[in-house]
Amino acid sequence: MLTATKISGQLEFLYGIMAEFDDPESLLAAARRAYAEGYREMDAYAPMPVEGLADAIGFRSNWVQRVVFAGGLVGAVGGFMLCWWITVIAYPHNVGGRPLNSWPAYVPITFELMVLVACIAAVVGMLALNGLPQPYHPVFNIDEFARASRDKFFLCIEASDARFDPDRTRHFLEQLDPREVMDVPR
Amino acid sequence: MKPEDQESSAVATLDPGPDKVIGPGHDYGTVTDEIGGVVLRPFLKTPPQLFIGFACAFLLVNLFMVAVTWLFIRGVGIWGIVIPVAWGFAIVNFVWWIGIGHAGTLISAILLLLKQDWRTSINRFSEAMTLFAVACAGMFPILHLGRPWLAYWLLPYPNTMWLWPQPRSPLIWDVFAVSTYATVSLIFWFTGLIPDFATMRDKAGNQIARKIFGVLAMGWRNSARHWARYQKAYLLLAGLSTPLVVSVHSVVSFDFAVAILPGWHTTIFPPYFVAGAIYSGFAMVLTLAIPVRRWYHLEDLITMRHIECMAKVMLGTGLIVAYGYGMEAFMAWYSGDQYERYAFVNRMWAGGYWWTYWILILCNIAIPQLLWSRRVRLNVLAVFLIALVVNVGMWLERFVIVVTSLTRDFVPSSWGMYYPTVWDWSTYLGTIGVFLALMFLFIRGLPAISIFEMREVVHETQTEHAHGD
Repeated sequence: MLTATKISGQLEFLYGIMAEFDDPESLLAAARRAYAEGYREMDAYAPMPVEGLADAIGFRSNWVQRVVFAGGLVGAVGGFMLCWWITVIAYPHNVGGRPLNSWPAYVPITFELMVLVACIAAVVGMLALNGLPQPYHPVFNIDEFARASRDKFFLCIEASDARFDPDRTRHFLEQLDPREVMDVPR
Repeated sequence: MKPEDQESSAVATLDPGPDKVIGPGHDYGTVTDEIGGVVLRPFLKTPPQLFIGFACAFLLVNLFMVAVTWLFIRGVGIWGIVIPVAWGFAIVNFVWWIGIGHAGTLISAILLLLKQDWRTSINRFSEAMTLFAVACAGMFPILHLGRPWLAYWLLPYPNTMWLWPQPRSPLIWDVFAVSTYATVSLIFWFTGLIPDFATMRDKAGNQIARKIFGVLAMGWRNSARHWARYQKAYLLLAGLSTPLVVSVHSVVSFDFAVAILPGWHTTIFPPYFVAGAIYSGFAMVLTLAIPVRRWYHLEDLITMRHIECMAKVMLGTGLIVAYGYGMEAFMAWYSGDQYERYAFVNRMWAGGYWWTYWILILCNIAIPQLLWSRRVRLNVLAVFLIALVVNVGMWLERFVIVVTSLTRDFVPSSWGMYYPTVWDWSTYLGTIGVFLALMFLFIRGLPAISIFEMREVVHETQTEHAHGD
């Protein structure tokens, strides 16, 4: 593994520089400082959701709710139209002269299909927006990164950032009082 | 660097008492190790109770296979169902199982929206319970069809017969409600597991386990952006599941309430069925959680606070159910309708099943009143026994509603009795086996407590401490 080796010199092999922290508060403070410093292409990693962290690294627009709304709309309209089509067009059934378009009876199916499609949209949408499934990602090249799913907190400034400079970025991260600063090979 | 093995970070497994949701001395690492350690234990270090439990459950699974095979060969005539009582055990069991499922969704969705801290260490477990209970429930209406291999006729699909299901019928609403409920429960459960799959992937020493968890985690890397979308999706799933869980048992109750049969045709059925569902579901969660926390020494994660809260919910929903029984009886009298009145007289003392009604009252109303006492709520054995009693009581409730009402309808010429056969019992016990076997496999193979949410609990506890100082 290239982990401990310093590869900052060869930019094309470098995904970014990563700093490791002990608790969510230090990570949050570090992320805020990095954003204030002008870094934009970065990501923070924590073993659980940390309030305000996504905000701190400049994540603004969350599309999940829009996807879910669209899914719910499709489900509800689809469910109602299904019932309507069956009872009015495909299999009209005269029950004591009552109207074919008996919409109150369609409500349960309309509701169930709305929930069903919205829930599927929520999960599939969340995964798709997150770019998952993703078989490979450079951050996993760091052995220590296994603790991002256990008890450690990481901030990675990526080499694609306009202000990224191997030495200056490393220096900047070291100022934030991390446990360790590591190069992330591609 | 490799995460420490479980021995080095072992914390005292002491129950912190009824005020705490987590034992003392836990940090992000120790909760991860304690919950992950249950899954990553070597095969032979599995608690022996789990092997014995699985073996018993597996015997019942085999009984189920035999019963179902015989059913497929001979048809529903092997059951005790006769013409006034065409619904029999199959529908009793269907309603019982689907009701049990409801507690899982309540814990994972409604208590999430209500920000109840005690839901965290039991939500994963109860979601799995929901999933398996719904699987058992879903089998019964299909087995009851007569020709189960044509079950897909229930779904609207273009076919050469040019036939369509009737969307005005509660039975078809049920098809949509139950299949939506099963799918959403699966999605909810799996979504909750994704970050924990990633934890297991990073923690597993075994290459095969690593690969399996790696595939399931789909490359989850705990990025803040991912978490932001994840939390939004999870919250929306909870918001959507909340009305869903209410709708499912309401629709199940419409199967009865929309019919004109005395004893079924009641407007109180939807809320009373939903409360009963939650009641039986919490009883089942307690029935499962109490032994498991002991076998795996999880007393510091599933604390007395969890047990006590669940016991309180059981008491509360039990009282709603008691109100339902009272109101059913009152309305039968108040309606002045002779058929409604007779249905009740028949249910309580005149009919052949009068004793089931009184055992039901004993199990669902009388005995659970013990839970008013804090001493009883804090006695694990007592809570476990009361939960078992409630499980039995809720099954009897469905028996009373389904069978007793069907045996006596409007004209005495169509009266009849129903006696379950050995195949009725085999199918019922068989699904209990299927349910328990799946639960045992789940506890052994997947993190039964949500690890990342426990880390959040640790964080909150630490923050509280920091503010307290």
